[in-house]
Amino acid sequence: MSLIEVRNLSRLYHMGEETVYALRDVSVGIEKGEYVAIMGPSGSGKSTLMNLIGCLDSPTSGEFILNGIEVSEMDDDELADVRNRQIGFVFQTFNLLARSTALHNVELPLVYAEIDSETRRERALEALGQVGLGDRVTHKPNELSGGQRQRVAIARALVNRPAIILADEPTGNLDSKTGVEIMALFEELSSRGNTIIVVTHEEEVARHARRIIRIRDGLIAADERISPEDRIQVGQS
Amino acid sequence: MRLGYELKEAAKISWVAINSNRLRAALTTLGIVIGVATVSLMGSAIAGLTQTFEDSLSLLGTDVLFVQKFNWATGGGDWREMRNRRDITLRDAKRLERELSMAQAVSVEAQSNGLVSYEERSASSAAIVGANENTAMVRGFLLADGRYFSEADVDGLRPVCILGSSLAENLFPRFSPLGERIKIRGKKYEVIGVLEKLGGFLFGDVDNQVMVPITRFVSDFAYNPDVNISVKAVNTELLDDTRIEVRGIMRKIRRLGPGDKDDFAVNQQDMLMDAFMQTGGTIAAGGLLITGLSLLVGGIGIMNIMFVSVIERTKEIGLRKALGAKRRTILIQFLLEASFICLFGGLLGLGIAYPITLLMQQVFPATLAWPVVLTALLVSIFTGVISGYLPAFRASKLNPVDALRQD
Ligand SMILES: Nc1ncnc2c1ncn2[C@@H]1O[C@H](COP(=O)(O)OP(=O)(O)OP(=O)(O)O)[C@@H](O)[C@H]1O
Ligand SMILES: [Mg+2]
Repeated sequence: MSLIEVRNLSRLYHMGEETVYALRDVSVGIEKGEYVAIMGPSGSGKSTLMNLIGCLDSPTSGEFILNGIEVSEMDDDELADVRNRQIGFVFQTFNLLARSTALHNVELPLVYAEIDSETRRERALEALGQVGLGDRVTHKPNELSGGQRQRVAIARALVNRPAIILADEPTGNLDSKTGVEIMALFEELSSRGNTIIVVTHEEEVARHARRIIRIRDGLIAADERISPEDRIQVGQS
Repeated sequence: MRLGYELKEAAKISWVAINSNRLRAALTTLGIVIGVATVSLMGSAIAGLTQTFEDSLSLLGTDVLFVQKFNWATGGGDWREMRNRRDITLRDAKRLERELSMAQAVSVEAQSNGLVSYEERSASSAAIVGANENTAMVRGFLLADGRYFSEADVDGLRPVCILGSSLAENLFPRFSPLGERIKIRGKKYEVIGVLEKLGGFLFGDVDNQVMVPITRFVSDFAYNPDVNISVKAVNTELLDDTRIEVRGIMRKIRRLGPGDKDDFAVNQQDMLMDAFMQTGGTIAAGGLLITGLSLLVGGIGIMNIMFVSVIERTKEIGLRKALGAKRRTILIQFLLEASFICLFGGLLGLGIAYPITLLMQQVFPATLAWPVVLTALLVSIFTGVISGYLPAFRASKLNPVDALRQD
């Protein structure tokens, strides 16, 4: 079985009389170690799908099996546990605690994993080192550049060694050069065996991945593998 | 073990959260500090005043009747009517004393005021009290030094006097006044005794009075004074019977017909107590109400501050949940955070109220009223905790996405 099994997943929003189908009957499977880009026009349901996979939202109907466990039947605490251990989420707007240091931000998932403070610190420092911020650990978000903030967020997503790293337009708020740096980081993570799903608008960004899932109007419009020739790899293009 | 970890981490996180938003914490704290401090101080003042009043009242004695024109009870009569009553004269007093069978002792007092001096030292508005040989016993005045008036002093119109403790200290800062001659409104009197300090600011005059024999008072200062008669019953149980007798004799002395209303009053201590309970109780209730309102306003301020940051906090809660925080963990964090702030504010408020109470004690015996203090503490902590906790409670129920979407 795949790492992520999505079967007939739908997500409806009721807006007064109107019902918006953000996602209709989507089925898809993603294997361990894959590097997938999700693309599609604005409002097509990319974030909705990501949030469902990230257990940040619950589907209206359908099944979602993560790592062999049926997520749609979990209660609040179990979901928290899955979010904590299985998933590292990177947001477009970083979502760091504004008044806490980079280190504290990165440590947070480990706090909720109930790991003792020494190990926590060690691992947070290690994760910050991996994203190249070993020398910025005591900085607060407003003392960091946009790219550095996103690196902190990525370190936070990595720190509890999750099965999947989800990133919803991680470069959306960054200039293209910084965006490329962040993509390089994901590439490195992917080459180390992490499963990565990235939502993006930009073909450039998507072409770093090995597979592109295109969404339109809440449906999967295309699911294509990228041949090694077409793939952009940072430092080679 | 797990709970211990959770509590420790939640405490740390709360602490970080408080520290990282000091202004919010400070404003909330301020609201609580003001609420607790004002209510505590008001409580102290009221408790102090009540205590003082009760202490002062107890000086009056529970077994003494006070015959005078004015009725002490609230609603005891029309004030103007009472003012226009015939004076109670020394002759009335003497007849009452003669005809009473149940009394243990009868004191007759008249009052005036004026300049009292010894050499260059003087007191300009000391109370000058005419008293008889029973006054000290009936009114419970104790002598610190010297002796009290004898019957011979009173009957013989002797120019002797007894000083209240403050007056004695003022006129004789260095040596004992006994045997010295002072001038009261220009007349010479020999000091034969000094009263013990009574304190109590309701009848604080006593410490600043000079007593002279009532007979001498009449000849020197007031020819036909309105007197107060204090009748000491044999014991408290006999007070009611004594009052009936006093009233009957007084009606006879004042030549009142069967249909006439009393043109005098027979007062006793508990009437004042009742009157105080009514008016003072109302004032106290009003005061507490006002401070209660200030506590409420403080509470609303606290809520406001807590609620204003709700959106920011909602996002924070969404984020924490997204990173794997369980609902319980979040609730513990916010509960602790609100409790820290409120407890700190409450203790600080108390820390302010306490020294001020000590300062107030210089003026009158204020005491920290613990029930009031505790209520104030509980109320403000409760408001703070509720207003810090409720939004968190609601936000923690949201999906992480919904919470994160807030802005
Ligand atoms: N909370 C919500 N309430 C109502 N409708 C919503 C809500 N969230 C999303 N939608 C709707 O669901 C659809 C899909 O939204 P989604 O955020 O998944 O789009 P997206 O593909 O991520 O777009 P973008 O590229 O602009 O981020 C949209 O039509 C949107 O209006
Ligand atoms: Mg989106």
